[in-house]
Amino acid sequence: MNLIRIYGLFLRHFYLITRSFPRILDLIYWPTIQITLWGFISNFFATYSTYYNNAVGIILTCAILYDFLFRTSIGFNMLFLEEIWSRNFTNLFISPMRISEIIVSLVSTALIRALIGLVPAILLTSPLFGISILNLGFSLFFLFLSLYIFGITLGILVSAGLLRFGPSFENIAWSTMFLIAPFGCIYYPVDILPNFFQKIAFAMPLVYIFEEARMILIDQTVNVKNIYKAFILNLVYLSIAISLFYYSFNQARKKGTLINIGE
Amino acid sequence: MKYLVEVKNLKKNYSSKEAVKNISFNIEENEVLGLLGPNGCGKTTTIGMLLGLLKPSAGELKIDNMKFEKNRIEILSKINFISPYIELPKKLTVKQNLIVYGKLYNIKDLKNRIEFLTEKLRLKELLNRITGELSSGQKNRASLAKALINKPKVLFLDEPTASLDPEIGDFVRSFLENYKKENKISILLASHNMNEVSRLCKSVLMMKNGVIIDSGTPSSLIDKHGRKNLEEVFLKLSRGENEFN
Repeated sequence: MNLIRIYGLFLRHFYLITRSFPRILDLIYWPTIQITLWGFISNFFATYSTYYNNAVGIILTCAILYDFLFRTSIGFNMLFLEEIWSRNFTNLFISPMRISEIIVSLVSTALIRALIGLVPAILLTSPLFGISILNLGFSLFFLFLSLYIFGITLGILVSAGLLRFGPSFENIAWSTMFLIAPFGCIYYPVDILPNFFQKIAFAMPLVYIFEEARMILIDQTVNVKNIYKAFILNLVYLSIAISLFYYSFNQARKKGTLINIGE
Repeated sequence: MKYLVEVKNLKKNYSSKEAVKNISFNIEENEVLGLLGPNGCGKTTTIGMLLGLLKPSAGELKIDNMKFEKNRIEILSKINFISPYIELPKKLTVKQNLIVYGKLYNIKDLKNRIEFLTEKLRLKELLNRITGELSSGQKNRASLAKALINKPKVLFLDEPTASLDPEIGDFVRSFLENYKKENKISILLASHNMNEVSRLCKSVLMMKNGVIIDSGTPSSLIDKHGRKNLEEVFLKLSRGENEFN
């Protein structure tokens, strides 16, 4: 793997973001709106619900975690779509970049995009709602890392679809997160789901991450098993996603999609 | 004689359609080879395979004596491509684009390379301009600078002067002639501009329906088909007047 090439692709997106104030604003705008909205809802539930009575900010904390996942995944897809929209796709794929280098570069750029959006929103939660996500303690790092891995896994899966099927796959790119959200048990415990849906939920890392976050905030206990299960599942899905990306690239070379996307 | 590009029995099928049917040709070092043919004849598919964007269904493809499929990344670092149908990122400045591509091609002395190319291609004044805001002639020169950033051994040109005014078109052709002379690179030129092909190419391949139907130097083709110029030869062959055998 060549770090200079990885840096080159990172630089392409860094220039793009830093050149345009509206782009930076756009990155910050949605997370801030989302978290402010959930902040007020969270306040309302904390006041009127017995379940949330002793844990002000559960919904808001979960909203922040979910938004991080959403931004990472969308960020990865956006970087990939950006190449298609700017008709730069061919230039990228005729350069000597390995697929692994493209993935690593987009993964790190997606993290920066997500943080640009989320950090200001997280900073707002304390003065506005008196809530700090740092209440999750040291586990917060593992929860974020787990969400980051799952976010980029989804991003890689969708980008594999874009590679294989071309820009017609774009709509799926936007809807993936909404499809997965109900099974992620972001705002409610997994017991709420019907039995069959619970089986689907337990096959995804999200349920363990959000159950863990609630457990820490409500019971002040850390269940390492949840974090462990989330990581194992993440590794399985990430491996599948990367394999699928390679497969899609080879299929795109066979079917001619790379040429059609590029022009 | 050293061949930089060797194509042997190359085929490309899309499900039931045969886009390229068993073509073979070579490009010598320091040669410009023209690839001509009507739209849909298989030129883009052929170039796509030579750039690694398409996987051949059969046949062998070597560049700089290396098999393409086994040495894809190494070969890609030695070739480059320019086409009016693909663009550099529009929101970046010319300089930023050249830096990005210089890094993607892992160019060691990037600053000097950019300076050299911008000087030769009259891009100095445009370096800090947004690429998307340039005229087609300026964009074309910026794309050419990107295509030469890695000092390619083989350059693939797909209608490099399409949509350019005659002055800029002539500048680009002269630049390519001089650059080839100084750097001994091989060029595959796909173009519908027959004057350009006559001027730049040592030899020409005529494609139709996925096969090479004729080849030779521009003057030998003109003589062989008893026409006044290459354009008339092109029209004769693409309309299917079956006199070329």
